[in-house]
Amino acid sequence: MPDPVLQLDDLHKNFGGLVVTDGVTLDIGAGELHAVIGPNGAGKTTLINQISGLLAPTAGTIRFDGIDVTALPVDKRAQLGLARSFQITSVLTRFSALENVALAVQARDQTSYRFFGRADREQTINDAATSALAEVGLAERGDILAAHLSHGEKRALELAIAIAMQPKLLLLDEPMAGTGHEESARLVDVIKRLKGRFSMLLVEHDMPAVFALADRISVLTYGRILASGTPDAVRADPKVVAAYLGEEME
Amino acid sequence: MSTGLVVVQILNGLQFGVLLFLIAAGLTLVFGVMDFINLAHGVQYMLGAYLAVAFYALTGNFLVALVLALAAALVFGLLLEFLVFRHLYDRDHLEQVIATFGIIIFLNQAVKTVWGAAPLTLPIPEIFSGSIVLMPGLLYPVWRLVIIGSGLAVGLLLYILVGYTRVGMLVRAGATNARMVSALGVDIHRLFMIVFGFGTMLAAFAGAMIAPILSVEPGMGDTVLILAFVVIVIGGIGSMRGAFLAALLIGLVDTLGRSFAIDILRLVMPPSPARTVGPAIASMLIYVLMALVLYFRPSGLFPARGRG
Amino acid sequence: MNQTLAASGTLASQSDRVGGLPAAIFLLLALVPFVAGFGPESYVLGLFTRVMVFAIAALALDFICGYGGLVSFGHAAFVGIGAYAVGILGAHGITDMLVSLPVALLASALFAYLTGNVCLRTKSVYFIMITLAFGQMAYFIAGSLAPYGGDDGLTIHLRSTLFGFSILKNDRTFYYFVLLTLLAVYLLFRAVVYSRFGRVFRGARENPTRMSALGFDVFRFQRVGYVIAGAVGGLSGFMLANATEFVSPAYMSWQRSGELIIMILLGGLGTLHGAIIGAAAYLLIEEALGGITEQWKLIFGPLLVLIVLFARGGLLGLADKVRGRLSRA
Repeated sequence: MPDPVLQLDDLHKNFGGLVVTDGVTLDIGAGELHAVIGPNGAGKTTLINQISGLLAPTAGTIRFDGIDVTALPVDKRAQLGLARSFQITSVLTRFSALENVALAVQARDQTSYRFFGRADREQTINDAATSALAEVGLAERGDILAAHLSHGEKRALELAIAIAMQPKLLLLDEPMAGTGHEESARLVDVIKRLKGRFSMLLVEHDMPAVFALADRISVLTYGRILASGTPDAVRADPKVVAAYLGEEME
Repeated sequence: MSTGLVVVQILNGLQFGVLLFLIAAGLTLVFGVMDFINLAHGVQYMLGAYLAVAFYALTGNFLVALVLALAAALVFGLLLEFLVFRHLYDRDHLEQVIATFGIIIFLNQAVKTVWGAAPLTLPIPEIFSGSIVLMPGLLYPVWRLVIIGSGLAVGLLLYILVGYTRVGMLVRAGATNARMVSALGVDIHRLFMIVFGFGTMLAAFAGAMIAPILSVEPGMGDTVLILAFVVIVIGGIGSMRGAFLAALLIGLVDTLGRSFAIDILRLVMPPSPARTVGPAIASMLIYVLMALVLYFRPSGLFPARGRG
Repeated sequence: MNQTLAASGTLASQSDRVGGLPAAIFLLLALVPFVAGFGPESYVLGLFTRVMVFAIAALALDFICGYGGLVSFGHAAFVGIGAYAVGILGAHGITDMLVSLPVALLASALFAYLTGNVCLRTKSVYFIMITLAFGQMAYFIAGSLAPYGGDDGLTIHLRSTLFGFSILKNDRTFYYFVLLTLLAVYLLFRAVVYSRFGRVFRGARENPTRMSALGFDVFRFQRVGYVIAGAVGGLSGFMLANATEFVSPAYMSWQRSGELIIMILLGGLGTLHGAIIGAAAYLLIEEALGGITEQWKLIFGPLLVLIVLFARGGLLGLADKVRGRLSRA
């Protein structure tokens, strides 16, 4: 049986006296779309930051594709096939949409120590970038400066950049954040089409999207996993209902 | 290399360190709270010295001259803040660097115009002008001890102010997260002014106190400024404790290094190359120290914003 | 906050648009010797030679600062190291540029590598102070080299030779030598900025986190850029030593580093040819104002402050604004 793409083993993260991740153990299989949901402050972004490498866990291990990456820096994990999109849009605003994606393609290539020749005119890179843009519906907007894209388009661009990395695992940190109804429906479609090509870990608040996309769901509260399983199982779990009801009453 | 000489150089190192602390304290506060790189801090130190000389010429009394110099420096500093610095808080660090560099150029020249380029002196106050006997056969100037003492006193004052008063708490909070403090309803501009004014006075105080020992001349603030930067980089930006420890460390390493480099090298090499290499190594010491600290602790020893 | 200064230079179309101006600059520079009058001691010739020498250093600084976001306040150290390479070798009788030029480049590149290892690990905020400190360190080391003049500096008796021939002795020949070097450096950086490497380097300026997340080791890229800039700084120093036939620690002073930053800001950050314009503007203003009054710094200081406050984008930025107004009129 193949290694799960991602294995979190008893992950802990403390900030001084504050415990944010309190023993998280989680597996994501190949081709699976695993959603992590939970009330605000549950520690979802901290968890994603530990998986991608921005934060070092206080204890526990992270295995990616069978390799222990707990001590690896962000860029090495990306090179191994771990891509992420950011909750707060972080596209390069001074580059065009195409160049944003082209950089991701170039990163995959591994030969960025080329000092001559105009990178923005390299056909192979641009073609790969254009097809990634097409997947998210931005093929026509390639030449537009990223700063001039609408918020929804920027979120889509984040996704295109991640896709262009041809990752084994894609960490999606609230891709629908701040998008309107139409654009978030479009993003759901895109993600649905990506299912199976690579594994995905989706952190989202948008419940309809989560239930439409997820193969499995884990519920994170106070830094630990309250429940984990198929969407139906999780929806019916009384602990989960209590946690969310409790949230709503505040 | 006698014990006496070592003791003297240790005291000199402490005195130098205390001086650096006074300058670095203002710099690190301003930087920590306002995220503002103030290259002109060095000229505020220089101004303190010049103002002390000028007021002494008017009044003939060191203490009065000191108080007046501090007051004048404060007014001048606040004027600068109002006219120039205030507009730079939102800007790139690069722009802050160039603008404050422009102020240095202007003030170094202004000082030359007003007082001339020749170095000025200030006599040590009568009661402190002698030397005391530290050990049999070892005399040490009283005024240097006064500097050490007053520097430590100011350090203690800062410690109490920053650690135990309301303003101090706001300063510490501001150093960690200025926007948050502002969002909590604190008048951030008034806080900035207080921090800035205080920092200016600290620098001017240092300048006035050192004036009787060093020659007061245009550009005297420049080298000291860079050392102050080294201090806060090692100590951690925004941290008083870091500035204090780093300043003493640098003061000692630099002074002892310069005094004994040749002697120490003579232990491992013949006198002639030691005499050539010695001064070069002595000048490198604190920068090597800085490089070492930063290699292991890129944010300094006690960064205010934490190492997260 | 990063939108404040730069005339960007990241969009390809922008570089095409300004194509005419750099060519004009080089053409003008090529014509200077004809205008400058004849004779070996020509003042104007010497002045413009110095302009070009500093422009070489300024180009390197614009590369790391304007495009890479690395604000180095110790850039003059590389210039000084390059100059001292010439001076020290000259003091030992070695004047052939086939020796002194590689030494100058390697020494400054090495210094960049070693200090870059420390500086580039820190936040951009510390970077300015640390580069300032390392520049100061180089300055003091140079000043303590008693056999090579110490604080007073060292005279260079013979400009660099090639295979024993004093090809640089003639001021006009030397002028064109520097001009060609400047052109080569300009073309080099123009190419690098838009290359694969350059793209990563520029991206790292805006968002290093994003770049790491793509898989780029940002530290290594920045270090390579920093070393390139250091080597070119050393090249400038090699030229400077030959131009003035003198080296001194003052070449590495922090004031000089500050002047280099002023030059790139004055011309227009992140444009490359702005660095050349800025170097020319700074040195020419210095000459002009210095001729009027000894107190010119009283004017220059506040002028800098005003430029920062009101003329973002430097001279090129102002030119753009003027052009914009005129086209709307």
